[in-house]
Amino acid sequence: MEQYALLIAATLNAGTVLAIAALGLLINERSGIVNLGAEGMMLCAAIAGFATVVHTGNDWVGFGAGMLAGGVLAAMFGYLVIWLNTNQFATGLALTLFGAGFSAFAGVKYVQEKLPERSSFSVPGLGDIPLLGTALFKQHPMVYFAMALTAFIIWFLFKTRSGLVLRSIGESPEAAHSLGYPVRRIRLAAVVVGGMLCGLAGAYLSIIYTPLGVEGMVSGKGWIALALTTFATWRPLRVLFGAYLFGGVTMLQFHLQGQGVEIPSQFLSMTPYIATIVVLALISRNPALIRINMPASIGKPFYPGS
Amino acid sequence: MLKLEARPQASKFWAIGSPLLALVFTVVIGIAIFMLMDKDPIKGLLVFFWEPIKSGYALSELAVKATPLAIIALGLAVCFRSNVWNIGAEGQFVIGAVTAGGVALLADSTTGPWIIPAILLAGVLGGMLWAGIAALLRDRFNANEILVTLMLVYVADLVLSYLVYGPWKDPNGFNFPQTKTFEKVTQIPRLFAGTRINIGLVIALFGVAGMWIYMFRTYGGFQLQVGGLAPAAARYAGFSSRRALWTALLVSGGAAGLAGALEVAGPIGQLTPYVPAGYGFAAIIVAFVGRLNPIGIVFSAILMSMFYIGGELAQSRLGLPKSLTGVFQGLLLFTLLACDTLIAYRVVWKSSNVTSGAK
Repeated sequence: MEQYALLIAATLNAGTVLAIAALGLLINERSGIVNLGAEGMMLCAAIAGFATVVHTGNDWVGFGAGMLAGGVLAAMFGYLVIWLNTNQFATGLALTLFGAGFSAFAGVKYVQEKLPERSSFSVPGLGDIPLLGTALFKQHPMVYFAMALTAFIIWFLFKTRSGLVLRSIGESPEAAHSLGYPVRRIRLAAVVVGGMLCGLAGAYLSIIYTPLGVEGMVSGKGWIALALTTFATWRPLRVLFGAYLFGGVTMLQFHLQGQGVEIPSQFLSMTPYIATIVVLALISRNPALIRINMPASIGKPFYPGS
Repeated sequence: MLKLEARPQASKFWAIGSPLLALVFTVVIGIAIFMLMDKDPIKGLLVFFWEPIKSGYALSELAVKATPLAIIALGLAVCFRSNVWNIGAEGQFVIGAVTAGGVALLADSTTGPWIIPAILLAGVLGGMLWAGIAALLRDRFNANEILVTLMLVYVADLVLSYLVYGPWKDPNGFNFPQTKTFEKVTQIPRLFAGTRINIGLVIALFGVAGMWIYMFRTYGGFQLQVGGLAPAAARYAGFSSRRALWTALLVSGGAAGLAGALEVAGPIGQLTPYVPAGYGFAAIIVAFVGRLNPIGIVFSAILMSMFYIGGELAQSRLGLPKSLTGVFQGLLLFTLLACDTLIAYRVVWKSSNVTSGAK
C-alpha cells in the first residue's frame, strides 16, 4: 500500500509541472494568442532557476528567476505577434528553437551539477496520517499552489469583469476594440503572464522535480502542456486533472521501469508522448467538443482600425 | 515618433532584403555575445564566416552539411506553402535513417551496388510513414499536426535508441550503443576523391529544380499554394484540402527521410544515438530564411551550414560551447520574422498628436 501512496504523491508532483505551464498557456490562449514557445521558455527558465539556486541557495529566488526569464521571453514573443503581426506559429517556434539553443549554451557550466537534498515538506497535522498523509500531504508547497492557482483562474475568468474582458478579446478582438478596450496591451499582459507561469513550471522542474543539470531537461513537457489546453478544451479544472493524468502516465512508466518489467525502457519512455497523440486524436475527433470553448480568434492576427 | 504604415503593395525589395537585414542583426547580437564571453569578436566572426569558405576542403565540408538541410527544407517549403505545419522533420529524418540503416545492415560482402537505391528508397518510405501518421490523424481525427509531428520526434529518437541499445547493437562493438559499421558497398558514392561530398548534393540540386517546377509550373503545385494562402478560395474552386494535406506531409516526410538515409549511409556509416543532429529543426529555419523558395533555400542552407561548422570551430578554437549554433539559428529566425514586417509596412515619422488615440 505504501508504494501506491508514494506513486500518487509522485503523480501529483509530476502533474504540477504540467499544470502550472498549461494554466499559463490557457490564459494567453483565452486572449487569442497561441505561444508555441512554451518549450523554449521552460528550458531557459529551468536553467535560470537552477543557476540561481546554485549561486544563492534559495529556491524561492530561483522560482523568481525562472518567472522572470519566462516573462521576458514571452514579452519578446508578444511584441512580435501582437504589434508586428508576425505569424504566431512561426514566432513561437522561433522562441522554442532559440530557447533550446540558449539553454544549452548557458547551461553548459551546470550540466551534471546536483542541487543538495531538500528537507521534506509536510502539512502540519495532516502529513502524519498513514497512507493518506504520504499520498497527499507531504508535497512541496508548489503542488498546493498549482491547485490554488486553478481555483483562482476559474474565479478570475468566469467571475470577474477583467476575466470577461479577457475572454471577449479571445472571442472577438474587433468587438472588444470597438468597445474601447486596449486589445493589444491586454493580450500582451496575458502572454507575459503565460510566460511567467511557464517559467515557474520550468524552474520547479529543475529545482525540485529533477534537481540535476541536464541539457534539454524539459524534454517535451512544454509541448505536452500546449496539448493539454486543447484536451481540456480551455477549461482550467480539466487542465489540472489532465496534468495529473499525464503526471500519472509518466510516473507509472518510471514505476514499471523500476520494477524491472520485461519491456525495453525506451518503449516505456514513449508512453507520455504516445498518450498525448492518442488523447489528442480522441478529443479532436469531435469538432463540436473542441469548438464549444475554443477562443474564436485563436491564432489569428488582429489589426486595430481595419 | 516612428510609426508603421501599411504599404499599398508588398515590397519586393524587402522580401529579399529582410533575411539579409536579419543576418546583420544576428551578427551584431553575436558580436555582443562574443564580447560578453570575453572573446575577440573578430576571431569569432572569422570562425563562423571565413573558416568555412577559406579552402576547397572547407567548402566541401560546407556542402556536406548544407545538403541534408536543403533537402529537408525543400520538403518543408512545400508543406508550409500549403499551410500545413510539419515541425517534426527531425523525427522523419531519424526514422528515414533507421529504415535506411536497416536495409544497409542486410548487406554482406556479396551484395551488389543495387543496395544503394534500396537504401535511399527505404529512407524515403520511412520518412513518409512517420509523416503519414500525422496526416492520417489530421485527416481522420482532426488532430493538430503541429503537436503530432512534434511528439513523434521524441518517439523516433526512442525507437532509434531502442534499436542501437538492443537488437541492432554490434556484438563486437565493446557494448557501445551502435550498429556495426555498414559494408563498404552501402557507402553512398562520392563525387570527388578526398572530400566527403556524395551524390546527395546532386539529389539536392535536382530537388531544387523539381520543387521549382512543381510549385510554380504545375497545376498540382498551384492548387497546394491556393489552399495555403486562401483556404476558402481553394474550397470554392473545388481543390481538395485533404489531398493537399497528404501531399504536403508525404513530400516533406519523404524528403526528410531521404536526408536521413543519405546521412546514415554517407558521412556517418552506422546507426548511433547521435544520428539526430537537429537538422530537422534547423531546416525549418532554412525554409523560412530561404523564403520558402527553392533558390533561396540553397543560400540559406549554406548559411545554416556555416553556423554548424562555425559552432564546432568555436568549441575547438575559442572554447565556447557548441550550442552557440543553436543560439544563432534561433536568433536568425526571430530577427527574420521581425524584419519581415518591412515587407508589408514602411516605417514613417509622424508627430504624435496626429496619431494620439490610434492605438
